Amino acid sequence: MGALLGNIKLRRYPVGIGMILIWLTGAAGLSVAVYRWIVGLRITNMSDGRPWGIWISFDMMSGVGLAAGAFTVAAVVYIFNLKKLYPILRPTILTGFISYILAALTLLVDLGLPGRIWHLLIFWNVHSPLFEIGWCVMIYTTVLALEFSPILFDALGWKVPLKIIRRITIPLVVLGIMLSTLHQSTLGTMLTIMPYRINPLWYSGLMPLYFFLTAIGAGLAMTVFETYHSARTYQQKFELGIVSRLTKGIPYVLGTYFVIRIGELFISGNYVYLLQESWPTFLFLIEMIGGVLIPVLLFADPRVRNNPTGIVWAAFLTMGGLIMNRFNASLVFMNGDFYFPSATEMIVSIGLTCLGIIAFDAAVRFLPMFPEPKTSDEI
Amino acid sequence: MPVDRREFLKIAGAGLGSLMLPISSASASSDPKEAENAFAMLYDAPKCVGCRACQTACKTRAGLSPVKDENNLYEAPMELNSENWTIIKLYDGEDGPSFVKNQCMHCIEPACASVCPVGALEKTADGPVVYHAERCIGCRYCMTACPFNVPKYQWDKVEPFIQKCDFCFDLQAKGEQPKCSEACPTGALISGRRGEMLTVAHDRIGQQPDVYESKVYGEKEVGGTSMLYLSKVSYEKLGLPNLNEKSLPEITWPYMKAVPYVFFGMGGIMTAIYYFTHRNDKEEEA
Repeated sequence: MGALLGNIKLRRYPVGIGMILIWLTGAAGLSVAVYRWIVGLRITNMSDGRPWGIWISFDMMSGVGLAAGAFTVAAVVYIFNLKKLYPILRPTILTGFISYILAALTLLVDLGLPGRIWHLLIFWNVHSPLFEIGWCVMIYTTVLALEFSPILFDALGWKVPLKIIRRITIPLVVLGIMLSTLHQSTLGTMLTIMPYRINPLWYSGLMPLYFFLTAIGAGLAMTVFETYHSARTYQQKFELGIVSRLTKGIPYVLGTYFVIRIGELFISGNYVYLLQESWPTFLFLIEMIGGVLIPVLLFADPRVRNNPTGIVWAAFLTMGGLIMNRFNASLVFMNGDFYFPSATEMIVSIGLTCLGIIAFDAAVRFLPMFPEPKTSDEI
Repeated sequence: MPVDRREFLKIAGAGLGSLMLPISSASASSDPKEAENAFAMLYDAPKCVGCRACQTACKTRAGLSPVKDENNLYEAPMELNSENWTIIKLYDGEDGPSFVKNQCMHCIEPACASVCPVGALEKTADGPVVYHAERCIGCRYCMTACPFNVPKYQWDKVEPFIQKCDFCFDLQAKGEQPKCSEACPTGALISGRRGEMLTVAHDRIGQQPDVYESKVYGEKEVGGTSMLYLSKVSYEKLGLPNLNEKSLPEITWPYMKAVPYVFFGMGGIMTAIYYFTHRNDKEEEA
């Protein structure tokens, strides 16, 4: 048994009260999801005048955006050859992998006919942004599984598959970047067909670019947050040096985004919508200042980047900025009937997120995700 | 067949998951001549008396159940929904009163058909935009993309489908009229080829410029629709949105067309960077 399972064994990290709550919430979310499959979408507050709710805005739009850390860190480590960042690669790939599985799972909850998801494989419409996203996500999830598989093979001591996977690592990473560039930007393209529905402060022909840039920024921020949290939960050293190095690029990426978006607002003349209505203006300013400008300034400052509290807060703001952006563009300032998510919708969204944390936790407990505490017989 | 590099890339791309196909235009039916011959309808609001014969005829033909209350009293619907593919509304404001009919506009370049990931909505060569229920996965992208808020959903069903007017495409193909225009007793709703309908509409405006707005709604909106309107009350007051002439699929198509270039471009850039950053690797290993 021991030989068969290799290095797959239960690592006795402490289980806190928080983890127990997460288990319960995850179970509740999954139960409600199953209930929704039985009774249909009537338990949601979606309607003819509001066909998309938080499952699209939060789980799909925001979740996939925040999962961009996986392709960005893989690019930084393998393509840009910053090997020093390698220690955070495994957990980041895992986070990305889990996030994409969750996005697919939420999609199965949201689709009216989830049993037909495979129709994407046989009925094609190359005009549809969603068709492209569907394909990219399917292939990219496979790529992430392959990128993650060495950990499993390593733990099992399977030498041959490990050798094969190691040989194709670079092509896999490149393919992952290609697919991510496409679907992250296409999430923005998806909304470009709604010029009459989305508030002009958010609607833009450049949304594909905006979605791509914010995903890179927030994906890296998510990596910081996840690294910090893992360190605390699993008694590892918080690799401040690594995440500080990693986030050095954020000011360039999000700074570019900030300049283009504000510039576009003035060139297109859409700035007149600022101050016309108070709510859009207010939320636009919070999103762009609190969720973009301040994080850019914070990450640009080495004192903040080299301070655990500082960098985690900057990461929080960046992630919040992306989530706000996706909500504003695809829900809050998209014309339609009044909508506030039903309790069931919220439980599913929160519960499935908890399932992700549970999956991550299980991987850390059973697989060699982090360096093992040294024992005497180890070399 | 000689295959040059670009062709090869196209084939490779298709193999990689259909990320590209050699399709050159946004829509197969954007040819103006074809649009002129397409099935169309003209709704003349000042002629409409609001009898709702069209609504009833539509329900009968589409097999949609009447919405009754608990006392079996029939309630007229307020809005298009999964049980009502068409509806007559009354505008009773300053410039009114005026009736207005709502149903699918059967756009010449429909946003719904362009965004549907599985091609469940199809713009037929005859003009009608039809729904292939057997393909639908229930993503509801068509509902958010439609500028007229037409596709509706069966929210109460465990296996829900999209519901919308199909322009009686089967009857029209047989040379018959759509049921709603056939039922209209006043001639407020007439059907025919789009070119004819436009001629009739402009003639009416020319003969009675004081009765009609000078514009035929649907002639140019989002690239033109098969459902055309004449009205005295401004179209916006009747709930018909103010839209530009640019068709909506025309907005997304350039992005979708760029997909293969972005995809392989990014691959090329990343490969180049890889070789650049790893140019000294061999020496290190040695």
